[in-house]
Amino acid sequence: MLLHIAIAVFFFIPFTSVIGMLGIWGERRIAARIQSRLGPNRVGYFGLLQSLADGIKVISKEDLIPAGADRVLFRLAPYLTFVPVFAAYAALPFGPDLSFEPRLSAGVFWLLAILSVEVIGVILAGWSSNNKWSMYGAMREACQMVCYEIPLGISIIIGVMTAGTLNLLQLGNLQGGGIHTWIVFRNPFVFTAFIVYFVASLASNKRAPFDLPESESELVAGYHTEYSGMRFTLFFFAEYAAMFVVAAIQSILFLGAWNDPLGLIGYEHHRLTAIGQPHALALLIVNLAAAGIFILKCMTLMLVQMWVRWTFPRPRIDQVLYVCIKVLLPLAFVLLLGAALWQLFVPERAGVPWMDYQPWNVSNWVHNGFGGAWITQMVLAIIAMCGVSVIVGWIIYAFASGRTDHQRLSEATAIPHTIHLHTGLAASAASTNR
Amino acid sequence: MLAVGNHIALDAALFYLFAGMTGASAVGVVACRNIVRAAVCLLFTLAGVAGLYFLLNAEFLAAVQLVVYTGGILIIIIFGVMLTSTSPFSRFEPRTGEVILSLLIGSMLMIALVLVILHSPFPTGDAGGRASNTIETFGQLLLGDYLVPFELASVLLLVVMIGAAYVARGRRAKAAILMQRPEGG
Repeated sequence: MLLHIAIAVFFFIPFTSVIGMLGIWGERRIAARIQSRLGPNRVGYFGLLQSLADGIKVISKEDLIPAGADRVLFRLAPYLTFVPVFAAYAALPFGPDLSFEPRLSAGVFWLLAILSVEVIGVILAGWSSNNKWSMYGAMREACQMVCYEIPLGISIIIGVMTAGTLNLLQLGNLQGGGIHTWIVFRNPFVFTAFIVYFVASLASNKRAPFDLPESESELVAGYHTEYSGMRFTLFFFAEYAAMFVVAAIQSILFLGAWNDPLGLIGYEHHRLTAIGQPHALALLIVNLAAAGIFILKCMTLMLVQMWVRWTFPRPRIDQVLYVCIKVLLPLAFVLLLGAALWQLFVPERAGVPWMDYQPWNVSNWVHNGFGGAWITQMVLAIIAMCGVSVIVGWIIYAFASGRTDHQRLSEATAIPHTIHLHTGLAASAASTNR
Repeated sequence: MLAVGNHIALDAALFYLFAGMTGASAVGVVACRNIVRAAVCLLFTLAGVAGLYFLLNAEFLAAVQLVVYTGGILIIIIFGVMLTSTSPFSRFEPRTGEVILSLLIGSMLMIALVLVILHSPFPTGDAGGRASNTIETFGQLLLGDYLVPFELASVLLLVVMIGAAYVARGRRAKAAILMQRPEGG
């Protein structure tokens, strides 16, 4: 127990800070790269220490509270945003033996619970600032969060259903046999659920293109408009820490956790622990390599999140909710049904790779060693892939038609987008006079 | 976080921390005049109860507590308060009659609860240690022995959802008829 507290203080707090610092630096560098600028490159190598310099600046700033604000809640809100995200780190395993609590049987569910609590801090920040921009941001956050939690949860359930456990450590061990044992490649429905999860996680993290709670061009800075100094920074740290948590769930649940594509870590770990007294140094090396791979995977996913942020334009709030309720939600239900049927009808080899079966032996891929079963599996995979491509086509159609047909504003406020060059001025004048 | 047994002092300290947090913030819910502050106090009450569940090794129940009460119901309460309150800092202004009535009901409930607690036997000592894999047993019970009540609850939720959609949609359809405009233009 004391060891746990020591790990929390001496590992997780510095780790969260470093993730925040590197995340902010990476975000600025990537944004600069995408926008053909240089970005911060003066402080330290490649500007790596820029966030530290900014931190010193931010600490020395005045801690402002607006005159009309609710002082207690205004001070409390940043902590309510940051603490839940930090608590999520307690459940994350970084390697086969690097887990805070290996017996946490509801690990995935616990992370989901934590992420749903985070929103309260944002709503309170917006409300207590007593500022209309903050309030709008908070309302949008509440809508978006309540909405996107459903597809997020269902896509997590699909992954969990395929693996058959909620324990994060066990989820990692189940994927230790190489790239084909990773849950995302187990069946086509999980693969699509992986994409649904990514989209929903962007929205639940307030990341662009779903960054409506803080959209700079409309709401100044959204819910943290009135914050300055260290309290403002806490919101930022919470955002980057949450990005890491979401990426970590994604890599544990779908992308093989800390395992490499060849299954070497799973093999080595099993070989070391199969004998009674494992070699301590070798075990440590395996675990450190596992942690390195895991953090690398999470960082890559964070990179994709940033790349998406600086590439896509921001939709309106009604379009955001449309995408959730009419596109992602039905899709998630269809995938849930498909994954359940797959579990019922496709014979698959279950168990921990290397321990229960040899993952690279083709005849072992299926249950009971039925020789022709893997051919059945391949044929079914091809059929299901066709189905999935139909579904993906449907999403694209829904996005496209949502943009043009259903989602037009009422005529009074719509901008006429069919202005001809020569009659353009006259047409727009007519529409404003009407 | 999870009770390890040989750190009884630390367990006790955590228990008193969570229990104190729950109790103090529960008093705060009642005492706060400002309605949003009362909601925040409720947040700490619910989170404290989740912490107590954690100390009892019921991590699934703790997570459910966080998802359902803290993440769901509390957000809806705050949402409702923010949408319905006319002044930005809406306050409770209870009348004397209401205060007396609620004190009466509250004290009666408290007496009843204290009596029940005093008269019910509690098993002392180690209650079988840590239940292994509670969530697995829980899932099997929910989809096995208690399948019918579980499905009935989901049907109830479905009815509520359809009803809510119908109510919301009916108002919108009327508004659409009122604000109907000719096509094109």
